[in-house]
Amino acid sequence: MLVFILRRLAQSAVVVVAMSVLVFAGIFAIGNPIDVLISPEADEIERAAAIARLGLDKPMHEQFIRFVDSALGGDLGTSFVHGVPALGLVLQRFPATLELALCAMLVAVVLGIPLGLWAGLKPDSLAGRVIMTGSILGFSLPTFWVGMMLIMAFAVTLGWLPAGGRGETASLLGVQWSFLTADGLAHLILPAVNLALFKLSLVIRLARAGTREVALQDYVKFARAKGLAPARIVGVHILKNIMIPVVTVLGLELGSVIAFSVVTESVFAWPGMGKLLIDSILQLDRPVVIAYLLVTVLLFVVINLIVDLVYSVLDPRIRLGGGRA
Amino acid sequence: MSSVTARAPAVETPFLRLARDFARSRTALAGLAVLVLIVLAALFARWVVPQDPYDLAQLDILDGMMAPGSLGGGGWTYWLGTDDQGRDMLSAIVFGLRTSLLVGVVATLIALAVGVAVGLLAAYAGDRVDGLIMRLVDIQLSFPAILIALILLALLGKGVDKVIVALAAVQWAYYARTIRGSALVERRKEYIEAAQCLALPHRRIMMRHLLPNCLPPLIVVATVQVAHAIALEATLSFLGVGVPVTQPSLGMLIASGYQYMLSGDYWVSLFPGLALLVTIVAINLVGDRLRDVLNPRLNH
Repeated sequence: MLVFILRRLAQSAVVVVAMSVLVFAGIFAIGNPIDVLISPEADEIERAAAIARLGLDKPMHEQFIRFVDSALGGDLGTSFVHGVPALGLVLQRFPATLELALCAMLVAVVLGIPLGLWAGLKPDSLAGRVIMTGSILGFSLPTFWVGMMLIMAFAVTLGWLPAGGRGETASLLGVQWSFLTADGLAHLILPAVNLALFKLSLVIRLARAGTREVALQDYVKFARAKGLAPARIVGVHILKNIMIPVVTVLGLELGSVIAFSVVTESVFAWPGMGKLLIDSILQLDRPVVIAYLLVTVLLFVVINLIVDLVYSVLDPRIRLGGGRA
Repeated sequence: MSSVTARAPAVETPFLRLARDFARSRTALAGLAVLVLIVLAALFARWVVPQDPYDLAQLDILDGMMAPGSLGGGGWTYWLGTDDQGRDMLSAIVFGLRTSLLVGVVATLIALAVGVAVGLLAAYAGDRVDGLIMRLVDIQLSFPAILIALILLALLGKGVDKVIVALAAVQWAYYARTIRGSALVERRKEYIEAAQCLALPHRRIMMRHLLPNCLPPLIVVATVQVAHAIALEATLSFLGVGVPVTQPSLGMLIASGYQYMLSGDYWVSLFPGLALLVTIVAINLVGDRLRDVLNPRLNH
């Protein structure tokens, strides 16, 4: 077990190092940020001063060494555009993204499990088929377009919900959250639904497949023969058993929801990490792009590591498989 | 000879059997018909639509932002409206489809070639090569496609060719994994053993014996991945890191219509979105049916 953990940790470390080299080397080639960041009216002396201040005059390998050196100290450089530490900027936006991602997961589970149950219990009914068609659409529709249609319908045409932004926030544990105020909650609904759509389709499919399988098991038949109320059979005997794959998959999908929030945040002008990333890419704000990518890669490596370790505790066969997981 | 050919229809080729199985689903047939129409329209865009949307001489700024169904200065009706520069949206959509399909198909083909080569090699070589390649595949697949594509495009910059590279880099791992799975099964079969006993070159065994027998699952994955690639390209272009303004895809059209949507001029964004949707759904319908038809376990 210890060998497995050590090997898995080493592998994670290699991934992080490889990604940071790749990201740094590539970002370097994006273009010339000097042209974007320094006003064209600036004279030669101002330009030279700005270039020296940003460290852009050094050769590439020196910039990289400087970058690694300061990265290990938690300093990923200063944003060219905002003039504040890039890592701080990204972390400051993290709660907004996390809030959005968790709400989307909640929507996916709260809507997806009942719908999947229904479709699994009555696969040939009209409702069952409508639910399954809907889930195929949920897989097919590009997230950003659905988001725009949601804005079109609920914000522009009906005027029920705000079109973008985070609304009023309230402080909890020193961080600002939207879900604590009525206004913030209203701002949260559309983006959360939008981000949830893909995972909702996934949950519906998992719950439906699980229900169809579990409903044929002997213990369900027995419960029925015993004369238990149908609600109790569905709520206890079936629901509990279909939750296992659903929970497993959702744990794995949290990272991908955070990555996909880039799209939803851009559509709804939600001030999270994803919006920051897109803005920074478009403005060639290198330190922020690097900080975002490293934070996300780290997040993923940690999530994958935890999932693997939990699995290997639960299922020893994975450990014996040579740690390919 | 002639008597042989006359009797030939009695023998059912695998392709004919597949086609007949496929045609049994009306939804899939409808999807295929729509898909053929879309591809034809995109291929012959110049002759299908009334206007070349990127020839500035053909644009009339006075026709800007006209609602669907308006009669334009050129004497024809703008069935889907016009954008702010007086561009006919129908023409723009057909030309946008061209870019979207081009990117999706070319990226998928490149990814397919790379994935197949790598996956076959992993399965055939086994041991350490296999371990190394599949470790790489696993690591890549543990990151969401959009994140990898964003990183690559942040590195490479904008451009049709760069989007194709990014999409291919995102997708190859799926094919590698798919073909390795089926190749591992096929590899242990007798005909491969026989070929090895004949001392045929490894390359020949891989390409002529192993590959053809691993194709069915690959075809299914490739079909579905074209739809994924098109959707991903649209998303990236919408975010502003995909194709350039000079060669807009459907995603780009949707993005440029976004600002007008909030003021109620829905058509600039809505119709390209519907075109994108219809394309993706049609491909998925065909892909779903192919999976059923090519799955030997479902064959009776």
